[in-house]
Amino acid sequence: MREDTIAAIGTPSGQGGIGIVRVSGPDAVAVGDRLFHGKCRLSEADTHTIHYGTVRWKEKVLDEVLVSVFLAPHSYTGEDTVEINCHGGNFVLRRILEAALEAGARSARPGEFTERAFLNGKMDLARAEAVMDVIQSKNKYALDNAVGQLKGNLSGVISRMREDILYETAYIEAALDDPEHMSLEGYSERLKQKTEELLCRIQKLIASFDSGRMLKEGVRTAILGRPNAGKSTLLNALLREEKAIVTDIAGTTRDVLEASAFIGGTELLIMDTAGIRDTDDRIEQIGVERALECGKKADLVLYVLDSSQPAAEEDMRIIRMLSPGKVIVLLNKTDMEGVTDLSLLKKMLGEEHAAAVLEISARERTGVDRLEQMIGDLFFRGDISFNDEIYITNIRQKEALTEAKESLELVLDSIRKGMPEDFYSIDLMNAYEKLGLIIGEQIEEDLADKIFGTFCMGK
Amino acid sequence: MDQKKEEKPYHVLEETYDVVVVGAGHAGCEAALACARLGLETIVFTISVESIALMPCNPNIGGTSKGHIVREVDALGGEMGKNIDKTFIQSRLLNRSKGPAVHSLRAQADKAEYSRAMRQTMENTDHLVIRQGEVSEILVENGVLTGVKTTSGAIYHCRAAVLCTGTYLNARCIYGEVSNATGPNGLMAATHLTDSLKENGIEMVRFKTGTPARIDRRSMDFSVMTEQKGDEKVIPFSFETDPESVQKEQVSCWLAYTNEKTHAIIRENIHRSPLFSGEIKGTGPRYCPSIEDKVVRFADKDRHQIFIEPEGLSTNEMYLSGMSSSLPEDVQHAMYRSIKGLEHAVIVKNAYAIEYDCIKARQLKNTLEFRAISGLFAGGQFNGSSGYEEAAGQGLIAGINAAMKILGKEPVVLKRSDGYIGVLIDDLVTKETAEPYRMMTSRAEYRLLLRQDNADMRLSHIGYRVGLISRERYEKVLEKQRLIEEEIRRLEHTGVGNSPEVQAFAAAHPDAGPVAGNTLADLVRRPELDYEVLAPVDRERPLLPDAVREQVNIQVKYEGYIRRQMQQVEQFKKLEGKTIPEDFDYDLVPSLRLEARQKLKAYRPASVGQAGRISGVSPADISVLLVYLKKLGKEGVGKD
Repeated sequence: MREDTIAAIGTPSGQGGIGIVRVSGPDAVAVGDRLFHGKCRLSEADTHTIHYGTVRWKEKVLDEVLVSVFLAPHSYTGEDTVEINCHGGNFVLRRILEAALEAGARSARPGEFTERAFLNGKMDLARAEAVMDVIQSKNKYALDNAVGQLKGNLSGVISRMREDILYETAYIEAALDDPEHMSLEGYSERLKQKTEELLCRIQKLIASFDSGRMLKEGVRTAILGRPNAGKSTLLNALLREEKAIVTDIAGTTRDVLEASAFIGGTELLIMDTAGIRDTDDRIEQIGVERALECGKKADLVLYVLDSSQPAAEEDMRIIRMLSPGKVIVLLNKTDMEGVTDLSLLKKMLGEEHAAAVLEISARERTGVDRLEQMIGDLFFRGDISFNDEIYITNIRQKEALTEAKESLELVLDSIRKGMPEDFYSIDLMNAYEKLGLIIGEQIEEDLADKIFGTFCMGK
Repeated sequence: MDQKKEEKPYHVLEETYDVVVVGAGHAGCEAALACARLGLETIVFTISVESIALMPCNPNIGGTSKGHIVREVDALGGEMGKNIDKTFIQSRLLNRSKGPAVHSLRAQADKAEYSRAMRQTMENTDHLVIRQGEVSEILVENGVLTGVKTTSGAIYHCRAAVLCTGTYLNARCIYGEVSNATGPNGLMAATHLTDSLKENGIEMVRFKTGTPARIDRRSMDFSVMTEQKGDEKVIPFSFETDPESVQKEQVSCWLAYTNEKTHAIIRENIHRSPLFSGEIKGTGPRYCPSIEDKVVRFADKDRHQIFIEPEGLSTNEMYLSGMSSSLPEDVQHAMYRSIKGLEHAVIVKNAYAIEYDCIKARQLKNTLEFRAISGLFAGGQFNGSSGYEEAAGQGLIAGINAAMKILGKEPVVLKRSDGYIGVLIDDLVTKETAEPYRMMTSRAEYRLLLRQDNADMRLSHIGYRVGLISRERYEKVLEKQRLIEEEIRRLEHTGVGNSPEVQAFAAAHPDAGPVAGNTLADLVRRPELDYEVLAPVDRERPLLPDAVREQVNIQVKYEGYIRRQMQQVEQFKKLEGKTIPEDFDYDLVPSLRLEARQKLKAYRPASVGQAGRISGVSPADISVLLVYLKKLGKEGVGKD
């Protein structure tokens, strides 16, 4: 089957420094030549070369560009590929893409580049998924984890569990077919132990999803506090901490993302939980209920208190209703004369919440480094270590694990009910197959759709 | 035509039939009967008319998973179930302590009677001619089968042929250093057909199997063995057999054991076994090993079971199940006589191994027709299987499909989710079998749905569609189904109050939990209860046949498991439904690994699901194929 030539913008929309228009297919180089004007023609260029020049279309110079040439099969897609690196800006990118389409390319469907890479044998499905994670990983931990998955850490863990399940199933089946040489006497008890052990491992992986998601997507953060407590100042302080991108793109969460800030190696997705930038009197306006709701949706709550004001019981009530693992209480305005002091506050908060209290001055930007450390401690500490723990990072994996878990629970249920051994294998095999879905060892007719469907346009 | 005349220096017989069946064993009989019953003029060749439906090895029909096949054969309109119901001398339902999916019927046959009864059925079937003779050639023109030729030079023109040659092709029987060029039981081997098949491009392999000695019953001491009687209430194989007609006096089998001495004799002489010396090159079945195999492989076992089974009512020969061997005669004598109760054993027939030619079944489609030769079908051990029941199942399907082809009707292809026969054929044509294929319950993924008790409801509609099941019989199945559904509905919607009967029942079943306030269906599902037990608290229960009550109990009791298994089937069917065009060019898919591409080209699977079961094709290859086929569907084949 002869493929046509496709083109798309290969970088996320936004005000990035540079943007890429990617063209792939048998006519990619020809399309490139129709647009590109430089020292040499792209059709004469070697693979893996970069060329400086301009993109011109219909007598107009669109942008100054660097064009990379990759010839089949040594490209991402395995086809001839031309990548036009330009100065970004949605408008320019779109003009260049339109020119490429007029010059003979077709607009690519989402995920089509990767689909071609896959069809041309450049990667398998399980790796494709991990590649996507690498591309999307937003911080260094996430990258480590995605690279770990790419190397097969997750595959290894899942494969071992599948082997265990298969061994048990095979044992039962063999005994059913050859009762002379194999007895199932007392086997149920052994299977029960084995199943409980497997469930434990699966549960741990499922639990890693939230950490995994935070690694990959960032920590969903809500800033709460009374009017004038200094929430806006804190936000600005955080945003200035590192090059923060202010964006209006809906995030992977359903909440509207207000801003994202890198704190150390971790990305905080500061959510527009209550439009904190517009108004400072949200608590009065929307009440305790709404504040709590915001707090519950978030992975992290930064609760700002004004140390120059007496601590209100209302604040304490809200904080205590949030789970201690995810709230950090910031006693702000330490640069001013304090009314509420740290030890008093801790006493008011109660033992559980007292551990995560920090004095800061958002205005002076003091204490922010300690906040950073505390965030790291809260989410990524102790029993979770980045080098040897496996995280699952996407919902497809989580769903498959959850289904495997349900199947194994049904096995336990069968054992408890004293069902004959031949019944165990239905649910054991279900668990086996669900785990197989995660690592691409089980064929599912729409697996390819599911994976490519999550790819972004231009990838 | 002139040329042909020149080849014939003397006048030869020429006849014309619709179907030629080669071989009258368990596959050949089913194939021939199916074709003749569908009105096609059919001739079946056998090397000896006396050996029709011969049981050259074990004297029983059924057993785990094999019993399921017999029931399926029956539901499709085959003969095996009816024939064993007429001629059995003991019957048992195996695995009673396990779930209903692995309950299996097994009946001891009177071998001579089994053979005689089948011959009688064949002889009295219209449109069926039995002929003693050896088919030596298949006649093929332009990839289409046109007839067969016998060693006498006679030519039989036909529109389809079914090869069911069993273990007879270039057969060789071996024990110790003795090797005879005969088929089983000293019958003549068929020595010509293999060459003709090879000339027509058919790939052959050599397989091996074996049988134990037969010992004179008068030389055995049964007082030191464990008696194994038949079931008190015999369940017939055929859904058409009247259950009352099979309640008769039964004979016993006997259980004995090998011991350390037996094993020592075997170990000391193992070098004299043709299997270990390399004399036998054919591959034997792992699942039906010889005693010397077992002693070597399970070295830590200090004894093995032996079932001693009568070969019939009119003979003293006893079959030693579990002790097949190809050791030399003197070793056999010593080995058998080392067993408690067999100290004075008189051997009637020595144990022997048999080697024979068969095909690589991947040359067949799921219809059991050769992919490369239109009109040529194959069934039974010729396809690399083992066992009478596996043979019958294939013979029936091959026969039906030969008939369907001639009649211009849709062939019968059973899916893995339809029956054990579907699993059997799919495995044979998609998996590389390096040894005779034996059916086992573990091979059927959807075992819980493919029970022996519901074979009629699974398959009768197919038997009816092809014309082997009468309308009357089919309507009975539909009525049974209706009664089952109605009764299940009633159980789901009938609550149990708190009457004195219920209180008494609850008191009698303290472990079962509270009774009142539940539906009858809920109660049937309790591990401690079942449909029959609940009769006292179910006063409106209608009078229903045993078979209906059994189905109601199973379907309600295991409802959750059945539902989950059905979900697995749905998933399976999605991939089976993704068909691959017969002329699909795998070279067009660049990302298929070389091995996968070669395998796919050789096996030509009909669907993506089937492709996934071919050894050497990985899930990653299947994903590639799926994505590619999807693109084809979207963008059309051969565009540009």
